[in-house]
Amino acid sequence: MTRHITLKSAINEALDQEMARDPKLLIFGQDTAGGVEAGGVADTWGGVLGVTKGLYTKYGDRVIDAPPTEMAYVGAAVGAALAGVPVVAEVPFIDFMGVCLDQLLNQAAKIRYMFGGTAEIPLVIRTMVGAGINGAAQHSQMLTSMFTHIPGLKVICPSTPHDAKGLMIEAIRDKDPVIFCEPKFFYDVSGTVPAEPYTIPFGQARVAKAGEDVSIVTYGPMVPRALEAASQLEQQGVSAEVIDLRTLSPLDLTTVLNSVRKTGRLVAADEAHPRCNMATDIIAQVTEQCFPSLKTAPQMVSAPHTPVPFSPVLEKAYIPGVEQIITAVTKTMTSPS
Amino acid sequence: MSDSKKEQHNHSTSIPHDTVLSAYRRIKTIRAFEDRLHDDYKTGTVPGFAHLYAGQEATAVGICSHLTDQDQIASTHRGHGHSIAKGVDVVAMMKEIYGRQGGICHGKGGSMHIADLNKGMLGANGILGAGAPLACGAALADKLAGKGHVAIVFGGDGGVNEGAVLESMNLASVWKLPLMFVVEHNGYAQSTPQHRTTSVSNYEDRAKGFGMASATVDGLDFFAVYKTAGELIQKMRAGHGPVLLECRTTRFYGHFEGDSQVYRPTGEVENARKNHDCLKLFAESASKIGISPKELEQVDHEVAELIDRAVQEALKAPYPALGELHNGVYVSY
Repeated sequence: MTRHITLKSAINEALDQEMARDPKLLIFGQDTAGGVEAGGVADTWGGVLGVTKGLYTKYGDRVIDAPPTEMAYVGAAVGAALAGVPVVAEVPFIDFMGVCLDQLLNQAAKIRYMFGGTAEIPLVIRTMVGAGINGAAQHSQMLTSMFTHIPGLKVICPSTPHDAKGLMIEAIRDKDPVIFCEPKFFYDVSGTVPAEPYTIPFGQARVAKAGEDVSIVTYGPMVPRALEAASQLEQQGVSAEVIDLRTLSPLDLTTVLNSVRKTGRLVAADEAHPRCNMATDIIAQVTEQCFPSLKTAPQMVSAPHTPVPFSPVLEKAYIPGVEQIITAVTKTMTSPS
Repeated sequence: MSDSKKEQHNHSTSIPHDTVLSAYRRIKTIRAFEDRLHDDYKTGTVPGFAHLYAGQEATAVGICSHLTDQDQIASTHRGHGHSIAKGVDVVAMMKEIYGRQGGICHGKGGSMHIADLNKGMLGANGILGAGAPLACGAALADKLAGKGHVAIVFGGDGGVNEGAVLESMNLASVWKLPLMFVVEHNGYAQSTPQHRTTSVSNYEDRAKGFGMASATVDGLDFFAVYKTAGELIQKMRAGHGPVLLECRTTRFYGHFEGDSQVYRPTGEVENARKNHDCLKLFAESASKIGISPKELEQVDHEVAELIDRAVQEALKAPYPALGELHNGVYVSY
């Protein structure tokens, strides 16, 4: 059965179904249950934006409130996973990763390799990414590419409720540490989602819209913007193909290259800062591997190299949107080869 | 006989003969392993760098003698002693330190990342304090399994000031984890004396702040460590929360191999080797509980052979095949 549910509910459903499937699975985080033993209503929060709400009531002490000490509880999640207990831990905002980065960068990511391939870390770190909720400089960043740089971590960023559910279940069943980046600006956007559990394999990009003239390659919160741009471009007679990368590491370059070989034009878009982001990487790899197919110079759409500003006016100017994508596509349609 | 010697004697009487001999073998193995590495580093045959545990052996062995393979430990950059005390294969360790095929981590970890999950050894660690959060997770797994297993995290007198350790002490207390924080107080954080790195001179003061039970023990006296650690581990197995055990000890070699330790007062290391050598103290105590010098000599002989063999095998072992570079990761780009 397929229903219309929000991205937030889709992730909650994935967690719920996996908690029911695997009695060993634990969930940790700050306010993961929220308000338990405070004397009022228990299980009121479900994490800072409510993704795990209701799971404490169903699964009791397997949903564990951690003190606001990211290094200790993220590290404990790594240690529990190493000891054979799978964990989904929430770091509320990706901006807080600085507090616990060592446990991910130097421990979780490297243990399998430096122990000679003998260890498994069945761990998912859920975290929220992206601007748009006036969260300002420390609650809005798009630090996905920082984690993509690190061998040993898998990095996921879905754009639809359907993909969020399937990729979350895949992440939980995976035996490596997964950084699961949730585009919080789109938490309440609905989409069709099957009721039963299903998985979406990592390393498979999705053609979100087929087209002939230009490939727009992006992921996460930029996908709805790219689709809107493609729809407006259609009215101008430009047929854009939109590729949703879905998993940033491992990366499905084949789907990207096949698209560019067909269209001959590339716009790569990332809500991250302009240096060393997913878009620069896609452009570098496409240029290296199918240069002869390119009719015009690839274009990048990104945020500026500034912290995320607070004022709604400035934040709107900061977030790369539909207009910038259309401008970039127009450049590829006109610039000389 | 001083009071402390009497006390030592009392500790030792209740330990089975086999346990004492087995502990002696591990202490001696660590000492011989580290002494040999110290010599071989000078010849340039050992790649990279190492932090040697010689001088502190009674602490690792006194604690790990109570553990099974199902109990888990998280170690430090100075991890050879913890690994041997936990039963990790000495030949495979030596091969690892030489970066060879057959190393315990396939030559990909080296001295600072020796691990053996089958032995409950969750890894040495190149990052100070980083083992504490990992050990919290292992202890949580133990608690949930409900079989009385425990976790131990080792740290030095400098490293336990890391936020990761302090956060973990709080987490372990809040979650009532069967986890022992061992502070190996050897007086130096690298080259810096303890009073310049730490706001308290007694780490039990830290334990109090986190609502944790604690004890301090002479870390050079195997029998004292064995007794006190045994009592604390027994409590943890019975469902007690975390504990802190401070072990006062000493470091014979420098922070790393090649550190000449000129910052230490003249005669300090010589005095430690002469009057505070845990191996000599062990032999003295052992003789009082009916273990003959001959038995110890036999162990010494076997250990010397083992270490020789480990080095020979390490030198003979080929380096890893280049294809090993891409093993253990999920992509090949």
